[in-house]
Amino acid sequence: MDSNFSFIYGHLPYWLFIILMLSGLFIVVSRGNLIKKIVGLNIFQTSVFMFYISIGKMKGGTAPILLDKSADDSAVIYSNPLPHVLILTAIVVGIATTALGLALIIKIREEYDTVEEDDIQKMDQKDLKKYNRNNVLETNS
Amino acid sequence: MASEIKQGTLELVNHLPILQVITPMLIAPILVVLNNKTLSWLLSFVGTLACLFISILLVQAVSDGSVLTYYLGGWIPPIGIEYRIDAANAILLFLISIISAIVLIFSYSSLYAEIPEEKHTLFYSCFLLCLTGLLGVVATADIFNVFVFLEISSLSTYVLVAQGAFLDRRALSASFNYLIMGTIGATFFVIGIGYIYMATGSLNMIDIAERVSQLGDNRTIQAGFAFIVVGMGLKLAMVPLHVWLPNAYTFAPTVVTCFLAATATKVALYVLIRFVFSVFNYEDNFVNELFFLLLMPLAVIAMIAASVIAIFKQNLKKLLAYSSLAQIGYMLLGLSLMSQKGLASSLVHMVNHGFTKAALFMSLGAFMLNTKNVYIKSLRGLGKSMPFTSGAFVIGGLSLIGVPGTAGFISKWLLLEAALETGYWLVAVLIIASSLFAVIYIWKIIEVLYFSDSSESYSEVGALILMPIWILALFCIFLGINTSLTVDVANMATEILFK
Repeated sequence: MDSNFSFIYGHLPYWLFIILMLSGLFIVVSRGNLIKKIVGLNIFQTSVFMFYISIGKMKGGTAPILLDKSADDSAVIYSNPLPHVLILTAIVVGIATTALGLALIIKIREEYDTVEEDDIQKMDQKDLKKYNRNNVLETNS
Repeated sequence: MASEIKQGTLELVNHLPILQVITPMLIAPILVVLNNKTLSWLLSFVGTLACLFISILLVQAVSDGSVLTYYLGGWIPPIGIEYRIDAANAILLFLISIISAIVLIFSYSSLYAEIPEEKHTLFYSCFLLCLTGLLGVVATADIFNVFVFLEISSLSTYVLVAQGAFLDRRALSASFNYLIMGTIGATFFVIGIGYIYMATGSLNMIDIAERVSQLGDNRTIQAGFAFIVVGMGLKLAMVPLHVWLPNAYTFAPTVVTCFLAATATKVALYVLIRFVFSVFNYEDNFVNELFFLLLMPLAVIAMIAASVIAIFKQNLKKLLAYSSLAQIGYMLLGLSLMSQKGLASSLVHMVNHGFTKAALFMSLGAFMLNTKNVYIKSLRGLGKSMPFTSGAFVIGGLSLIGVPGTAGFISKWLLLEAALETGYWLVAVLIIASSLFAVIYIWKIIEVLYFSDSSESYSEVGALILMPIWILALFCIFLGINTSLTVDVANMATEILFK
């Protein structure tokens, strides 16, 4: 019982990462509202950022800065900066994705006047029937 | 195995790997500043020609089995980022550059019909960024760099697909779905990279490969591998993860569809191949079982099911999109056989199918310029009024089926050989069955083109549109007769990968 608890507690960041990741993924899959989908996607991505940051962290480690040249630095424990730097890049990618997703939503809203996936699908189905009957395509203008 | 590494001198050949990627990247912002649509077309065309030239030089440099490396900023790997060109990625660099150049010729006049004129400059800029991303994914030997370039190409792809909204608003939701699925795929990929980094502490492919083989059976590595397979599966439209593809291909502008169908999914598949062979241990039981139990059945399902669905599609762009799914099945199957021959067939099919599908989508785009429509009914009798476009379409269709003398035959033959060599008789039978389905859906189109009367007559499209179509069609025949470019390089590549 005690060892189980220490296993859970010792891997706390990973548990949080998994919970966050799954809730993000669940929101993306289950919600029909496009903006909620983007929010879910954001949570999903953020969980990965957390994961990367936690693998770089050392217990009791300091910032990875060269302190004093004369002193013996080999005993100093410091966090691995590389995952943190990597995740900066991933954050930028995430922001770009969110921005693009929201821009698309604005366009969809202009065209369909809704941001609900179900309504959009219904309107597309209606369009499809119209096209098949008249055999003119695919222009809405 | 001769794998000398050339590094450190100032000769131009040593800088080709980075020039390949950076040329389109530098041109892209210049276009936005210039803001002139003809000039930006010219500049991007020159840029892609430069890329093509560089990639030909690279193919020549590595065709003897040598490996070119480039250290970014002079930082020695594993600390620095390394670009590494061998036969396997040189041939893909060639495919991507030549397709982009050909597609740009087509876009010069076809784009006016599909995208409002004020957006042309931005379109070309986005196109070049997409090209940068695809080239970068293929060139780099740093796994995090793969992710960054993958997202550069994906983000610009979402934008390019959404441009189809000028003709059909469904392009917007297609692009949005692609964005959601693509981002989930990329994030899975990053999680996989994180697991690998956790276990090995390195991001350089060669370095990781050494450490992975020392680690042996490691659960973290296996979990990372599973995440990467799923992530790339989403990007390459492996069958249960393919739902974004048909709509994205159907509603994107023709130029974009041609480019994506010929390159984007292949690049994702290349990443998977590179990870299996250059990062993970391909002899590992876990990897082999995963491919045998999971990827091979999925590939076979894709081959059969997507071909059957394609038969019933009336929208020809959608028909070709489903046929693309089936062809991706062939490539995955070649990979999942886990033999040298299988991998070679997979690499050859990537190139051959790239040219074939681009030719098909492009001639369909030419039909669409006249008929304003991609439904099969509207192609009635076009074989007479548009003989050149129809001819190219027929050549592409024959190559898709795999008729001897065309590119498709070579790769399907190799795949059949590989399947028989490994003893999977049933798989070989299913490959032939899937080709027969291809006969049905291609014949359906040919019948409408040549054997039915048209109510309206159209004039043939202009020379600037016919030229790229016929370049692609001639490539379909050329690669079916002269196999030195594809098969020999692919054999060299498999030798390097199986080292």
